[in-house]
Amino acid sequence: MASGQERILRRRIRSIDATKKITRAMELIAASRIVRAQARVRAARPYSDKVTAVIANLASAGGEADHPLLREPAEVTKVAYVAIAADRGLCGGYNNNVLRATERAIAADAAEGRDYELVLSGRKALGYFRFRNYRIAAGFEGYSDQPSYADAQQVAMAATELFENGCQRVMLAYTQFHSMGNQSVAIVPFMPLDSGEFDDDDDAESSLGGPEGGYEFEPEPAVILERLLPRYAEARLYSALLESSASEHAARQRAMKAATDNAEELKTNLTRIMNRARQDAITTEIMEIVGGAEALAQTGGAVDLLSDTIEARTVDLFRARE
Amino acid sequence: MQVELVSPEAVLFSGECSQVVTRTVDGDIAFLDHHAAFIGALDIGQTQLWASDGIVTLALNRGFVEVSNNVVTILSDAAYAADEIDVAAAQADLEAAQAAVAADADDDEAKTALAWAETRIAVATAD
Repeated sequence: MASGQERILRRRIRSIDATKKITRAMELIAASRIVRAQARVRAARPYSDKVTAVIANLASAGGEADHPLLREPAEVTKVAYVAIAADRGLCGGYNNNVLRATERAIAADAAEGRDYELVLSGRKALGYFRFRNYRIAAGFEGYSDQPSYADAQQVAMAATELFENGCQRVMLAYTQFHSMGNQSVAIVPFMPLDSGEFDDDDDAESSLGGPEGGYEFEPEPAVILERLLPRYAEARLYSALLESSASEHAARQRAMKAATDNAEELKTNLTRIMNRARQDAITTEIMEIVGGAEALAQTGGAVDLLSDTIEARTVDLFRARE
Repeated sequence: MQVELVSPEAVLFSGECSQVVTRTVDGDIAFLDHHAAFIGALDIGQTQLWASDGIVTLALNRGFVEVSNNVVTILSDAAYAADEIDVAAAQADLEAAQAAVAADADDDEAKTALAWAETRIAVATAD
């Protein structure tokens, strides 16, 4: 025989409990996906390392072509941003951090008189910039959980197109994954490619460090470089997508853990309040019955009948507690 | 010599081989032990690796090959062994590409698709 307040509290606790189960499930799913995403980041590394090494070898062997992707612009009037966020929310500040950083960078460019273009990856990125009425050159979504190389190629193609048509620089805004507990937003130059990266032979894998005799090429070094540089851009974008995806899962895992902990705490507090309310109700009711009985006893008569009633009522009340 | 076949998503093969045959844009080329340092751009075609446990034949959709210090590194966008190829899908691609080429003989994309489909079928039905 729960009182009104008690019933309301009980309903709230049940609802919180249900929410807690959901957030706990999401936490566990995210945790398992981080591991997979990390494995994918690792699996992608050999390719980009080797592409970098081959480009370094080509460059040191005199294949240094005057490729647009390697040319530093004399003047920058328009910057393209590739912003990588998630398709889904419920991952703490993950989406907002990278999108705000992008917006700030655009504002900083605008202050210096540079125009912008946007290539967006992830539904949340599209929503964010569309709501704020930004001009969006291209948007891609639907793969942030598990980006494939084909997804990276799409985005890279859109970025390259902008780079070839009026943008002198392309920046890449994404979330770097350092470890389970440490991710950070980074906005790094994407195009033109940093030719300094290919000069440093220490970066190249030892097995790929240039041989003494120099290379034979088939076809011309310049032609190979022409084909290789877009691959390098794709590989870099792919690794940015993968790191972002790993970061997304890590952020979601943390957010859902916090939500689960909060639900647990709320539940404990509400249960305490509910028990107190029920105890109060029981005490009040007993007092009423005892008071009534005493009033009757003074008038004499039906005392036996009354004491039976009191007993039955008390049993009822204690049953209600269960 | 050591051979590594690497795609953007994973390392597909890594091991000792006695010989590697692949196709650059200028034609087929074979590498034996201690080949001179070499960098080449690969065309669509078959690549064969003489591994310790038999010859591995792969369909390669472009990429690059780098040889130095007795290590052959093949970087490929897509590489499939015979048992990974979906012959029915390749056949469908082949027919679509043939139709596209028939419709427009200058359609480079269709020609590429045609070559890729033919290569996959050739590898899948080799032995």
